[in-house]
Amino acid sequence: MDKTIRIAHGSGGKLTHELIESVFKKHFSNNFLMQGNDSAIFNVPNKKLAFTTDSFVITPIFFKGGDIGRLSVCGTVNDLVSAGAKPLFLSCGFIIEEGLLTSDLEKIAESLGRTATACGVKIVTGDTKVVQKGACDKLFINTSGIGSIIEGVEVSGSNARAGDVVIISGDIGDHGCSIMVEREKLNIKTELESDCAPLNSMIEGLLGITKNIHVLRDPTRGGVATTLNEIAFQSKVGIKIIEENLHIKSQVKGICSILGMDPLYMANEGKMIIIAPKTEESLILSKLKEYREGIDSFTAGYITEEHPKRVVMNTITGGSRIIDMLTGDQLPRIC
Amino acid sequence: MDSIEELFRNSDISKKMGEILRSYKGKQVTLMEVCGTHTMAIHKYGIKNLLPSSVKLVSGPGCPICVTPGSFVRTAITLSRDEDVIITTFGDMIRVPCDGESLLDEKSKGSDIRIVYSPLESIKIAQQEKNKRVVFLSIGFETTTPVCALTVLKADELRLKNFSMLTANKTIPDVMEILSADENLGIDGFIYPGHVSAITGNSLYRKIAQNCRIPGVVAGFEPMDILHAIITLIRMINKNEADVINEYSRIVKEDGNQIARNIVNEVFEESDSVWRGLGNIPNSGMKLRQKYTKYDAHEIFDVKDVDIDEPAGCLCGDVLKGIKIPPDCLLFGRTCTPGSPVGACMVSSEGTCSAYYKYGQ
Repeated sequence: MDKTIRIAHGSGGKLTHELIESVFKKHFSNNFLMQGNDSAIFNVPNKKLAFTTDSFVITPIFFKGGDIGRLSVCGTVNDLVSAGAKPLFLSCGFIIEEGLLTSDLEKIAESLGRTATACGVKIVTGDTKVVQKGACDKLFINTSGIGSIIEGVEVSGSNARAGDVVIISGDIGDHGCSIMVEREKLNIKTELESDCAPLNSMIEGLLGITKNIHVLRDPTRGGVATTLNEIAFQSKVGIKIIEENLHIKSQVKGICSILGMDPLYMANEGKMIIIAPKTEESLILSKLKEYREGIDSFTAGYITEEHPKRVVMNTITGGSRIIDMLTGDQLPRIC
Repeated sequence: MDSIEELFRNSDISKKMGEILRSYKGKQVTLMEVCGTHTMAIHKYGIKNLLPSSVKLVSGPGCPICVTPGSFVRTAITLSRDEDVIITTFGDMIRVPCDGESLLDEKSKGSDIRIVYSPLESIKIAQQEKNKRVVFLSIGFETTTPVCALTVLKADELRLKNFSMLTANKTIPDVMEILSADENLGIDGFIYPGHVSAITGNSLYRKIAQNCRIPGVVAGFEPMDILHAIITLIRMINKNEADVINEYSRIVKEDGNQIARNIVNEVFEESDSVWRGLGNIPNSGMKLRQKYTKYDAHEIFDVKDVDIDEPAGCLCGDVLKGIKIPPDCLLFGRTCTPGSPVGACMVSSEGTCSAYYKYGQ
């Protein structure tokens, strides 16, 4: 293989073939992919399916706690999990900027393949395009996923009910904060890393002991604040968050405070928001804590009939404030 | 172990302070928080709704983005359209609208506009992009100006030919004196800016306390800092004490930071400056000294900030003076939102309108 990816690697000819054989098939190998047809053909165990897609354009492509390959699997797997589905199959589309090191691409393919195997999902179809320098930033990946809805599970952003509790499966804002420090090359020494992780085994474990769960949603872009606003709006309920309850690492608090940003709006890539009746609270928390991904789970607040479609936080001073959706990107402030 | 800042976020003590404030039965008082970061923290911690109706907080002109006039934004937009120019700027500046345009719009049209976390990053960019001319939008108060000055000294040391700054730096003292003397405002006490004071020290505030008989507290930005400042001010007002108390002594020293002031003094000199909503205030700005005009983008590109009208109906000017609060403005929350701001106070995360919208509406 050449040391760098060239336009010809995406032209569909011999070089494309070589790239697929030596990089992708090596790490994604399974019976369905090896059918070698234009579409993968497979049976699914349940008639009720979940189908989702996501594109990944993160900079840098290698970051503390993960890389774009691992993220591409986790993102789509967690979206399926949020529908109450067991993830089964993924598609994987690569858009590569010419000049990318083949060794980097291989590292990412290896990570992607390894994460998929760990999740028990198969990459059954894919596509590769190479674009001119500057037309994309190193590497963009799109993954789509199909999952089978676990029987008896009915979760939806519109199912939150007054009296439910809002549980978050761990510390808030790690991914967004850690990526920002790396991307902007901020001269801050920190052990912080992305929380990028697949949540399927934890949530399958949870759904194995109770199906009395109303909402599952992973708070990725826009963070916990934006996701809770979406749920409040969809369910036409109010959400009350207790500031003292929130688990935010002191490093995340510190970095956000320097830059004038709010951890509540920072992306997470390995967290789940679980909304369920109060009666299930202790059962859910103890189950989540059995898993590495859920060991820091906590109850952030509750659903209320007051202030419908709004998220309100009781602050540590005893006051309260509205938590609105994020408008545009969070911008670092001047001082 | 908790960080020092964490100690000042203690919930039990904060709640007790809230109770003390709620039980206040004395005369009506109006307090002004001068600094934008205070405005933000007050809203973030829900402090406004802890106060009894007899304690009114108004926001001052201490958000550097908000007080930067449209004319400066217009000049920056004009420069950004030059293909040879790279604009470097603090983040929230790029969304400030001017006649329906902003630097963000220019960026999406292809202008090279880069957000920096420190002005010094502009130097690196200038070294990397030798065929381009890097212009840093130098705004801010005493807190930010030292590092702007440092950037000029660094450029000079490296003999950079492709770096300059478009300056609109401002200083707090003169505008504070104007606000103190304004009887329409009826300010009974000031919460003074912690960051600015760390540089300037407290002598200015003592002058205001003596001349205008208005007490002040220099405060930090954690909830306990702010609550304590409010309690102390109310006590001083009721006892008719016109003094200045430094409650942020973990950061602010009585005479400030002389080293930072020396650096500023080496590079900058006093000038008149136009403030959004307040107009031209003599000696309230900073411009580069003659020795450093080779780094002055206004000179190099031969551009002048030309006065432009504020957007029709926008009350940012009155909000900055503390005369009006955001909900008084007919545009607030209707045509002017964080998603499509009309006035600068809605743009900056420290802007009063943004704080009202984000945390209270």
